[in-house]
Amino acid sequence: MNWLQKIMTPRAHTQGANAGKGKVPEGVWEKCAGCGSVLYKPELERNLMVCPKCSHHHGIRARTRLLALLDEGSTQELWPSMEATDPLKFRDSKKYRDRIVASQKSSGEKDALVAMGGRLKGRPLVATAFEFGFVGGSMGSVGGEKFARAGERALAEKSALVCFAASGGMRMQEGLFSLMQMAKTSAVLARMRDAGVPYISVLTNPSTGGVSASMGMLGDINIGEPKALIGFAGPRVIEQTVRETLPEGFQRSEFLLEHGAIDMIVDRREMRDKLADLLNLLEKAPRAA
Amino acid sequence: MNPNFLEFEQPIAELEAKIEELRHTSHGQALNIDEEVGRLREKLKLKTNDIFRNLSPWQVAQMSRHPARPYTLDYIGVMCEEFHELAGDRMYADDGAIVGGLGRINGRPVMIVGHQKARDTKGKLRRNFGMPRPEGYRKALRLMKMAERFGLPVLTLIDTMGAYPGIGAEERGQSEAIARNLLEMADLRTPIICTVIGEGGSGGALAIGVGDRTNMLQYSTYSVITPEGCATILWRSAERAKDAAEALGLTAPRLLELGLIDKVIREPLGGAHRNPRSMAIRLKAVLMNQLDELAALPVDALLEQRYQRLRRYGAFQE
Repeated sequence: MNWLQKIMTPRAHTQGANAGKGKVPEGVWEKCAGCGSVLYKPELERNLMVCPKCSHHHGIRARTRLLALLDEGSTQELWPSMEATDPLKFRDSKKYRDRIVASQKSSGEKDALVAMGGRLKGRPLVATAFEFGFVGGSMGSVGGEKFARAGERALAEKSALVCFAASGGMRMQEGLFSLMQMAKTSAVLARMRDAGVPYISVLTNPSTGGVSASMGMLGDINIGEPKALIGFAGPRVIEQTVRETLPEGFQRSEFLLEHGAIDMIVDRREMRDKLADLLNLLEKAPRAA
Repeated sequence: MNPNFLEFEQPIAELEAKIEELRHTSHGQALNIDEEVGRLREKLKLKTNDIFRNLSPWQVAQMSRHPARPYTLDYIGVMCEEFHELAGDRMYADDGAIVGGLGRINGRPVMIVGHQKARDTKGKLRRNFGMPRPEGYRKALRLMKMAERFGLPVLTLIDTMGAYPGIGAEERGQSEAIARNLLEMADLRTPIICTVIGEGGSGGALAIGVGDRTNMLQYSTYSVITPEGCATILWRSAERAKDAAEALGLTAPRLLELGLIDKVIREPLGGAHRNPRSMAIRLKAVLMNQLDELAALPVDALLEQRYQRLRRYGAFQE
């Protein structure tokens, strides 16, 4: 190492790390991935991870989202201890079992779908949200089972169901078990449709693969968060297949709205009010006995 | 190397070529070589048996997309006394990657829907290598809803690498088209029997794969992702597809053991392509049996059974 390198390397290294992760040291400050503004983290969290300057929607934890949606003090987590097994004894560079344990540690969740019962402005509601931090929000048997039970609970209680998708798709490590969760969850949604129980799907960044191709697109109402990536195939796979550059804004919420795939785009800060208003109109008035 | 034979089938190709050669020579000369041909035939049978006794999951994956493997229309041709193909989704286009129509099997009217691949370049383009776009799934749904109205059972034949990942497909709602079929098939008031005849590639396969029975031909595969795709993501190299195929548990006997499918239909010695006709006749027999079972159920009981069947899928603890 010569004298120039000695001087340059540490600084270049620090800059590189910052540019790559978009992070500012200290932990109290967060750099906005949209406009680059340095934001005070507690304030960003109070704002549901939406940048107060440019309205960029950062990822938000599933649990935080559900607690922010439901009436304070009304929430009860459903099936909190459900965990994945490893039916295929799957192993790539890592054992699936170890991946699960590592994800549980880093995310604090048991698996990628969190379900809660509670009230939304007084009306009973079953709500589910994907935790993207848990193996990419992938849906395996646990996600499928929790969603199916959530739907069945909504059916039994005649309360509405809301799901926030944030997922790369189905969990590969559970093989065909995962794929069949698409059929299972859709079957429950078919029963809800027949019974007239409302289901609203909120698609957040990102919602791709099997999650988008089952419960994600089956809402009576489909809502996108601003600029969320939503699609079946991921953009990289499409680029490799068609061998052309994808158009600007391709597979973003605004693109889906224009092509008729979603009903509306709603800012996260207005989500609670919007969902309450919509459900007010959809939920049938109790019939006179 | 004969391109119509997979690498592990080459000894079969060589023996067959030898037999052909001998028979050819015997036409010209008066030599009696029947004995030699008979000996070679016996050897061919033993060799084939030997090769196919223990195929690895990766070899099965190659079998499932064998260039000579029979496709949906090949099976329809043998199974049906008559078949009338119906085209179009009534919204946008007719997708060649999915075919469907009204047919008659053993005198019984049925609706058949299946993925369609092709063997020549022109056909492959027309069929888009068996990878459907949303209009394919919407055509399938239109035909299935028609079957429901007229009380016809639905038979689906699954053979796709996956739904097509293209710009237009995304613009027209690939996710929605697949999701819609899953929901509608769970609820369709007529029997549905699904059979994987080749590749069962993820959501693109499942979109015509929800029903009352799931069969797989012996050397077909059914998986959440292709071995290549899985290897690229988890091993960061498509070269590791062999390992991915092992890990994914995508073969018919394994999936039967895991309780994810209902029946494995045995293939002729050396695979379906060695005797497509006998394969089609076997498939027809299985389908007819299952139709008899399902037809005996009142529709409400059928739907309840279907729901419970779908509802049971999964492996978890709490």
